[in-house]
Amino acid sequence: MFQYVIKRLLSIIPVLFGISLLLFFMLRALPGDPAQVLAGQMATPEDIEHIRHQLGLDKPVYIQYAVFLGQLAKFDLGRSARTQNPVIQEIWARLPNTILLAVVAITLACLFGIPAGIISATRPYTFLDYLVTAAALFGISMPVFWLGLMLVIVFSVILPWLPAGGTGSWKHVILPSITLTAFVVAFIARMTRSSMLEVLSQDYTTTARSKGLKEKVVVIKHALKNALIPIITVVGLQFGMLLGGAVLTETVFAWPGVGRLIVDSILARDYPVIQGTILIFGLIYTLVNLMVDVIYAFVDPRIRYD
Amino acid sequence: MTDTIRNTADGDRDHSPISPFRRSWFKLKRNKVALFGGFLILLYILTALLAPVLFPGNPSAPNLIMALETPSLKHPLGTDELGRSILGRIIYGSRVSLSIAIGVVSVGLFIGVPLGLISGYYGGKTDFILQRITDTLLAFPGFLLALGLVAVLGVGLKNAMVSIGIAMIPLYIRLVRGCTLAVREEIYVEAAKAVGTRDTVILLRHILPNVMVPITVQTSLSMGMGILFAAGLGFLGIGVQPPTPEWGTMLGSGRSYLFHAPHVATFPGIAIFLAVLGFNLLGDGLRDALDPRFKL
Repeated sequence: MFQYVIKRLLSIIPVLFGISLLLFFMLRALPGDPAQVLAGQMATPEDIEHIRHQLGLDKPVYIQYAVFLGQLAKFDLGRSARTQNPVIQEIWARLPNTILLAVVAITLACLFGIPAGIISATRPYTFLDYLVTAAALFGISMPVFWLGLMLVIVFSVILPWLPAGGTGSWKHVILPSITLTAFVVAFIARMTRSSMLEVLSQDYTTTARSKGLKEKVVVIKHALKNALIPIITVVGLQFGMLLGGAVLTETVFAWPGVGRLIVDSILARDYPVIQGTILIFGLIYTLVNLMVDVIYAFVDPRIRYD
Repeated sequence: MTDTIRNTADGDRDHSPISPFRRSWFKLKRNKVALFGGFLILLYILTALLAPVLFPGNPSAPNLIMALETPSLKHPLGTDELGRSILGRIIYGSRVSLSIAIGVVSVGLFIGVPLGLISGYYGGKTDFILQRITDTLLAFPGFLLALGLVAVLGVGLKNAMVSIGIAMIPLYIRLVRGCTLAVREEIYVEAAKAVGTRDTVILLRHILPNVMVPITVQTSLSMGMGILFAAGLGFLGIGVQPPTPEWGTMLGSGRSYLFHAPHVATFPGIAIFLAVLGFNLLGDGLRDALDPRFKL
């Protein structure tokens, strides 16, 4: 087990290397001179020259990349072109907000999605099943930002119960997390349904039933346990989707998270921050996928990673 | 006489072997939900084609006296902050969204499918390098990747299309590679190799047709995803730029009037939702109809 975790940790090195290359060339692929872009419209030639020297743009590309890697290793992502604060500090200040929303959303999505999928799978082709299937398809097709706006119209404009945006109290968390939950609950319910349907048709489920076990025991102890692997995969993947969804949800609700930071930096062409935030999201996503793989081994003793 | 013919036809359907295409078509026809999806898409295509007939006039011409009007007979879905008919802009927006969907899928198909075929068929170093690139791209959630690419390429319709298209490429590579790996081992591929058929011919004639099912399903789902992503970029103000009527951009500007004129943000969202729903329903239906492992 320990060996497997080490092996998986090592296997993300090429991915991280790829991400760093991608980010490195992202800045270099900008049309025009990156120093000019970073310095802004009003910069004097001296300013640009200074930034060029500061960024090491006057050195050969391979040295620039080596320096870039060295900085990454120290979590030095440069300074924001807008605020002049270190990028890592800007991200660090907002990351807890984004994680809070993501964790609340994924928890709610599991609490609703998994039971919905189980209900759907244990009563296939009944009204309840069709209801869950239709709701899931609606959820997948719905633009998350539109749902957010509709929630604001209903719960902030028509019924003035909840704040339309911002932070400060638990009330502020409700609408953004419901929006994000709706974004992922559908995928989880769908995967639970199909995974459970498959397991429920297996011989061991029939055996469990013919032993006279209660249906509840058969479904929870025998079926769900075996159906968990694909469900965990989807939950892991959805966590990544949440990071993408966070960009939109945080914009709708003016939520001060990393997603909003990305949009603001793109609009302001603040490249060091764009680079840093995308790197952090890529890193989180990769680590979550690694965690999912490790959880597999706990859930399913048949999986042996040698 | 007619009865005899009908009986024979029915008999054919029930007992004699029929082509996989016809069998899939029968299955698809029986799947009412998928047909509804197809119907929605057809409706959007017709709207896009007939836009000038359905809405004569310029959907982007401002008319400030009529700003933020609620739905009425003259403007069934109301007007936006510049007094433009929301219905007219939704109608013309279908042209933008469908072009984006087609553009996005084209990028994914023309780059992702060949790379997936090559990666799966040749294996070895080519496969290794291509898979590491795919891993890197998949290390980012799709929307975030598109967002990062827009940051580099700049805003606008074409750049949004290319960015989202690139974000789709790794999905196609992964999918096609996986299927190619399985098909590569088939006896007919081995036979073709044994008689000295060129690799290009094997890939195009023998492997590609056998991986078309998942590609078709993925394409329908990708079109829905493309519309959703493009609307997301538009909403954030970094996709299609005004005054081009684009659903996401319309929603983004409607956000400022939620308290006084909620209809501005409501209707474009429904347009996006139904279009994406159409592609998702059709994609799901196609998967059920085309995948022989799935029996109704």
